[in-house]
Amino acid sequence: MSDHHHQEAHVIEYGKYIFIWLALLAFTGITVTAAGIGLGNWTVVVALLIASTKSWFVLNYFMHLKYEDRVFKLFIAVAFITFAIFITFTFWDYSFTR
Amino acid sequence: MSSSAPTAVHHVHRDDYGSRMGMWLFLFTELVLFGGLFIVYSVYRFTHQQEFHIAAQELNTTIGLINTIILLTSSMTAAMSITAMQKGNVRFAKGLVWVTIMFAFAFMVNKYFEWSAKIHHGIYPGSKELLNKPEGEILYFGLYYVMTGLHALHVIVGVVFFLFILRHIGQGKVHQTQYVRLENAALYWHLVDLIWIFLFPLFYLIH
Repeated sequence: MSDHHHQEAHVIEYGKYIFIWLALLAFTGITVTAAGIGLGNWTVVVALLIASTKSWFVLNYFMHLKYEDRVFKLFIAVAFITFAIFITFTFWDYSFTR
Repeated sequence: MSSSAPTAVHHVHRDDYGSRMGMWLFLFTELVLFGGLFIVYSVYRFTHQQEFHIAAQELNTTIGLINTIILLTSSMTAAMSITAMQKGNVRFAKGLVWVTIMFAFAFMVNKYFEWSAKIHHGIYPGSKELLNKPEGEILYFGLYYVMTGLHALHVIVGVVFFLFILRHIGQGKVHQTQYVRLENAALYWHLVDLIWIFLFPLFYLIH
């Protein structure tokens, strides 16, 4: 029943890490370039989208989330949804009380 | 199950799965800690857009970019140390942890020069120079010092965490088939990296 507690550890090869690292550096380059272009109100949106993409790589590969149990992913989803609710309500409040 | 006869088998309790899960749960509390600050940041940025833009121009993007590259690379070496440990290459694993610590040190040196330059120009919480600026700029620099300061504190804690792991490797408590502590230290380090991934564009790249 608790077999998954003793499952074989997943070994990620060095090459894969280097590939992820290069991707992260590339996205860093993109975010710096995008900020320099001056996209007006879209600057923040683009910056956050790129930061989220980078986070996805870090979470899944560096933090091995991709190879973890479903429960871990569920936890993360709950944590992020909670955070999203905080943000939504804060801004909701701000746009109606001003 | 509970009625099974008592046996003399000595069972060493070990639950790597639960250990990692505990670490993840702790990381969520960190998300709430920094998340709260990010919400404060976004609200003030929303209400003081122009002043945040002007204040952000005073930050050194190059130092921010160098520190971003340093942290991303250190995250990779931390992750690689686990692979090395899994392959039984203990010396290489230790070396990679040391490299990670060196990167952390380099990050802090940059941070030191960055903050020194700001303080030298009279920009620090409560300074006359800063208090004469418009409200939005005061808020920006207040958040800048609190958020990057709290982040830097996490960098220091991460280094201490890794130093403990190195000791445990030396004592044989962490080895090829028992390395969950190394995994948890690395998880903590990746969180430090994740937070910086958001701090960098929000503070350094908004002009």
